[in-house]
Amino acid sequence: MCTDCGCGDPDVVPLEVQGRILSDNDERAQHNREHFAAAGVLAVNLMGSPGAGKTAILEATARHQRGLRLAALAGDLATERDAARLEAAGIPARAITTGSACHLDAKMVHHALHALPIAGLDVLFIENVGNLVCPAVYDLGQAANVVALSVTEGEDKPLKYPTMFLKADLVLLTKTDLLPHLDFDLAAVEDALARAMPEPRMIAVSARTGAGVDAWLAWLAERRARLTSAAAPSDGRLHHGHGHVHGPGHDHGHAHARPHDPDHDRHR
Amino acid sequence: MHEYSIVSALVDQVAVAARAHPTGTVKRVHVAIGELAGVELELLATAFETFRDHTVCAQADLVIEPRPACWRCPRCQVELARGAVLRCGACQVPARLVTGDEIILQRVELDLGDDDQGGT
Repeated sequence: MCTDCGCGDPDVVPLEVQGRILSDNDERAQHNREHFAAAGVLAVNLMGSPGAGKTAILEATARHQRGLRLAALAGDLATERDAARLEAAGIPARAITTGSACHLDAKMVHHALHALPIAGLDVLFIENVGNLVCPAVYDLGQAANVVALSVTEGEDKPLKYPTMFLKADLVLLTKTDLLPHLDFDLAAVEDALARAMPEPRMIAVSARTGAGVDAWLAWLAERRARLTSAAAPSDGRLHHGHGHVHGPGHDHGHAHARPHDPDHDRHR
Repeated sequence: MHEYSIVSALVDQVAVAARAHPTGTVKRVHVAIGELAGVELELLATAFETFRDHTVCAQADLVIEPRPACWRCPRCQVELARGAVLRCGACQVPARLVTGDEIILQRVELDLGDDDQGGT
C-alpha cells in the first residue's frame, strides 16, 4: 500500500534508500585518497573559472618552488594545452581530456594516475576544468580544494557561486598586478568570502610579478606537513579497501592483499 | 551540466534498489537536493526526463525535495540568518552547515500490480 503520496494504491511498495546519489564516485575518491596517502603526496584540487589563472599559478609555483617535487593532472574539454604548458614549466603533467564533461570525477583521476607516477612527489595538482559550478560537486580524493578567483571576475563571485567557495580550503586571488587598472574592492571580496566560507582564507597572488607566491608556497608546505604528521602507515603502504575501481593489470606501486575480483574492472 | 552525470548515477542506484522486486515497475523516485549542493533543480528534472528512456525509470516520475541551507553555531546551536557572515557573533567560532549540501536518493516506489513489466 502506498502510504506516501496519498494515492492509496495497494500495489505500490516504497523502498527506503536514503543514500548519496554520488556514492559510487565517493568510493572511487576514497580509493584515490588511499593512493595519495600511500605515496605521501598532497593532492590539491585546483578549481576556478576559465581564464582565472589556474595554469599560470602552477607555472609560477614551479618557478618559485624551493625544491618541492610537483606534478599535475590537467582537465580540459578539448585540448592538451594546459598539460603542455605545465610540462614546459618543468611540472610533469598529464592531460585529462573530458570531451563534453564539465568537471573531473574520481574515475577520470584514477585512470590518469596510471600514466603519472606519484611516488616521491610532494604535491600533485589536479587542475580541474574551468567552471565555477560543476567541479565542486565531485570528490576526487584530494586533501585540499583551492579556488583561483581573478580580480577581473568581480568581488561578488563567492555570493553567486556559493557551492564552489563553500568547498574551498583556500582562495587564491589572482592577477593582482592588474589591480591598479581596476575598480576592484579587496574588502568587498573578503566580505563575500566570509558569507560563503565558514573559515575564509585568501592569498592574493600575481603569477606575473611573483607577489604572494611565497605565501602560497608556505600554505602548501603547511598542508603537506599536516599530511605527513597525520598518518604514516607502519609498513609504508596502505592496504586499501576492495570494491575498488581499477583493472587487474594495473600497477601504481602498491600491493594487494588478495587478488582482484572478476568484476573488478569498472573503467568505462 | 553535471546534472546528467547525477541522473546517470541515480538511475543506476534505482536499478539496484528495484532488484528487490524484479517484476515491479518503478513509479516514483524521491530525491532530496540541498540549496548548496550545486545542482540546478530544473536541469535535474530535464536530465531525468531525457535519460529515463530505456532504463528502469522509463515510467517513473522524479519527485525533488529542495532542502534550504541551514548554518548553525556548533557551540550554542543558534541558526544564522540567511546571507550572514558564517561565524557565530556570540561564540566567535565558524558556523557549520547542518543541511543544504545533500544530493540524496530517499526512496523508490514500485508498482507490483503491473505484471507485464519486466523490471530490471
